[in-house]
Amino acid sequence: MSIASTQKRGFGAILWDYLTTVDHKKIGNMYIAAGAFFFILGGLEALIIRIQLVKPENDFISAGLYNEMITMHGTTMIFFAATPLLIGLMNAIMPLQIGARDVAFPFLNSLGFWLFLAGGLLMNCSWFLGGAPDAGWTAYAPLSVVSPGHGTDFYVMGLQLSGAGTLMGGINFLVTIVTMRAPGMTYMRMPLFTWTTFIASVLILFAFPALTVGLFLLMFDRMFGSAFFDIALGGNSIIWQHLFWIFGHPEVYILILPAFGMFSEILPVFSKKRLFGYTSMVFATILIAFLGFMVWAHHMFTVGLGPTANAIFSVATMAIAVPTGIKIFNWLATMWGGSIKINSAMLWTLAFIPSFTIGGMTGVMVAISTADYQYHDTYFVIAHFHYVIVGGVVFGILAGLTYWWPKLFGKVLNETLGKIAFWLFFIGFHLTFFIQHFLGLMGMPRRYWVFLEGQGLDTGNLISTIGAFLMAIGSVVFVYNVIITSIKGEKAPADPWGDGRTLEWSIPSPPPEYNFKQLPLVRGLDPLWIEKMEGNNKMTPAEPLDDIHMPNGSILPFIMTIGFTIASFGFIYQVDHSAWLIAVFGGMAIALGTMLARSLKDDDGYHIHKEDLEKEVD
Amino acid sequence: MTNNTNIDKINSFQKQEQKQEMKHQVITFVLMIVFTLIAFLAVASDLDKIFVIPLILILAVVQVGFQFYYFMHMKDKGHEIISTLIFSGIWIAAVAILTFTTIIWW
Ligand code: HEM
Ligand SMILES: [Cu+2]
Repeated sequence: MSIASTQKRGFGAILWDYLTTVDHKKIGNMYIAAGAFFFILGGLEALIIRIQLVKPENDFISAGLYNEMITMHGTTMIFFAATPLLIGLMNAIMPLQIGARDVAFPFLNSLGFWLFLAGGLLMNCSWFLGGAPDAGWTAYAPLSVVSPGHGTDFYVMGLQLSGAGTLMGGINFLVTIVTMRAPGMTYMRMPLFTWTTFIASVLILFAFPALTVGLFLLMFDRMFGSAFFDIALGGNSIIWQHLFWIFGHPEVYILILPAFGMFSEILPVFSKKRLFGYTSMVFATILIAFLGFMVWAHHMFTVGLGPTANAIFSVATMAIAVPTGIKIFNWLATMWGGSIKINSAMLWTLAFIPSFTIGGMTGVMVAISTADYQYHDTYFVIAHFHYVIVGGVVFGILAGLTYWWPKLFGKVLNETLGKIAFWLFFIGFHLTFFIQHFLGLMGMPRRYWVFLEGQGLDTGNLISTIGAFLMAIGSVVFVYNVIITSIKGEKAPADPWGDGRTLEWSIPSPPPEYNFKQLPLVRGLDPLWIEKMEGNNKMTPAEPLDDIHMPNGSILPFIMTIGFTIASFGFIYQVDHSAWLIAVFGGMAIALGTMLARSLKDDDGYHIHKEDLEKEVD
Repeated sequence: MTNNTNIDKINSFQKQEQKQEMKHQVITFVLMIVFTLIAFLAVASDLDKIFVIPLILILAVVQVGFQFYYFMHMKDKGHEIISTLIFSGIWIAAVAILTFTTIIWW
């Protein structure tokens, strides 16, 4: 094994390896790479939006293109950048943290990735095929039903594909955490990142079906002449908003909870102190998830639900600030009295705390339903959710990437470049979005193509655009850091930070394909730290060295995805010409055929033999 | 010697357990058939709708419970996470249905 892997392989072999891989680490890396690609794409769209808004009555892009830009920016960032980057980190790290050799369903894992990628690429194909979706990332009916062209059809099919992939990922993580924890790894010994992965997966499991249903209704309204959202024919367009936000609000917690988890890993390591209030952190996570399902109508205060409904959802929403506050105080208390080391992972974390808190405070402001009549659909809301999503989720992803980069790719990112990237991004972020609170309060509506001169909005918008460019430069520095590190970086040891506490730091960086030669025995929270404190610098094995059973790679998930993608194109275009039904049936035949092949052919995997394992050095 | 008696004890304990389990399964199975018969009879009879519809619904809920707890073993140990997840799902669906029936379709 080791001999083969040290030999140089051709490009074809590497490509085939990635197309067929079922290894959670490789799939995680592919999620991260694809997520980064879409993050850059969404970032470019953001820059175009900000250039358009740099001065009053600008005509950098047309009104129609502007609508496409804002729709694609939001959709890309939420579904194809933030979510996959987080799922990638969960995939690569969570099994290591619980001492597992892979996820529960490696095949499903690969299928989930390819479906997500296909969904993202499919939706972006719309740019070249007559125009992108333009009904906003929320695709409110009736606009989304009547929006001409195929843009919104691409939105529907793209999200349907990638949503199915995400759902598979969530179920996979749930089963993995329930069934594959190493000996001694009880629930209350799981690292916080594993906990938040678990809870975020529960949210995925319960929230995504609402989106799936909504998208199906929209698909039938647009393609097959149904009238679920058509008031003239007895439908009800508000149902879309409910379905979207029953999914949408939990989705924002799907994003933020794993970020919370990552900060809860980074702070103890660089404060050299155990996480303060572990139990209350777990409890707060569960409470946030629970409440997160009962607040969705706070996005619909101005729809006219009536004072009773508004009041109930308003109070429920404000309640979420309580467990969130518990977490903030726990993080602060973790640092209290610790021996703090400030490196770039830690800088992102330290910057997150105040930035996110500002977002939480404006959250409580917009949660006051009466006041929200003023805030709603203005730049104030834009400022609110960018403070929580960029200041929380994006900072979290960048912190997590910096922290786990050595574990993922075997090299530590350059510190100086990391700090430069941080400061540029951090200053740019606050320049861009802080001023938007005031633009919103002055009445600047969101989603408008231009603003007028002489309304006091000029300077604010200019500052905001300058900030956006600083963020862009910061991101470029981060990418440059990645490139430089992969060329010049030195190989990282198993525990490059020296103070690693959790299981992933007890195995080589990057880990071998089987992760743990022998499953570790977990004796408490922060198992590696416990061993270190007792003078052992490695984990005690829980089993004798033996053959390791591994799953075989498979190209079937990739083929299945191609089938579904062809069928999606068929659905989109069969409205124009029924010949496209061939693509629908052909694509489905490919997908279902591969499913059949997978079900009928037994694949027992293979074993890595004890003798080969003994030969490999740690 | 002692070893043997221990194993015998365990064996007889397991047999006891299995017998018990079998009994439960048969009883629930018979009950479910009875419930189904009652449901059919209620519909066939000339009873008032106001009475029949809730009755059928209640019987259905009980049957789902039997299905989960006895046939799908949710009553056994090691199913805590699964039942928590199922009940969370039911709760979320219930909240959604409640909102839909009260503020969209009232
Ligand atoms: C203390 C916690 C929070 C509260 C009380 C809160 C409250 C709200 C409310 C009431 C709105 C609707 C405002 C309007 O449209 O008029 C809103 C919008 C939004 N929030 Fe939050 N929020 C919180 C945290 C978060 C977090 C953690 C995220 C994401 C990570 C988030 C993401 C969003 C997004 C994306 C929108 C705008 C959606 C859109 O209309 O396009 N919020 N929030
Ligand atoms: Cu919300």
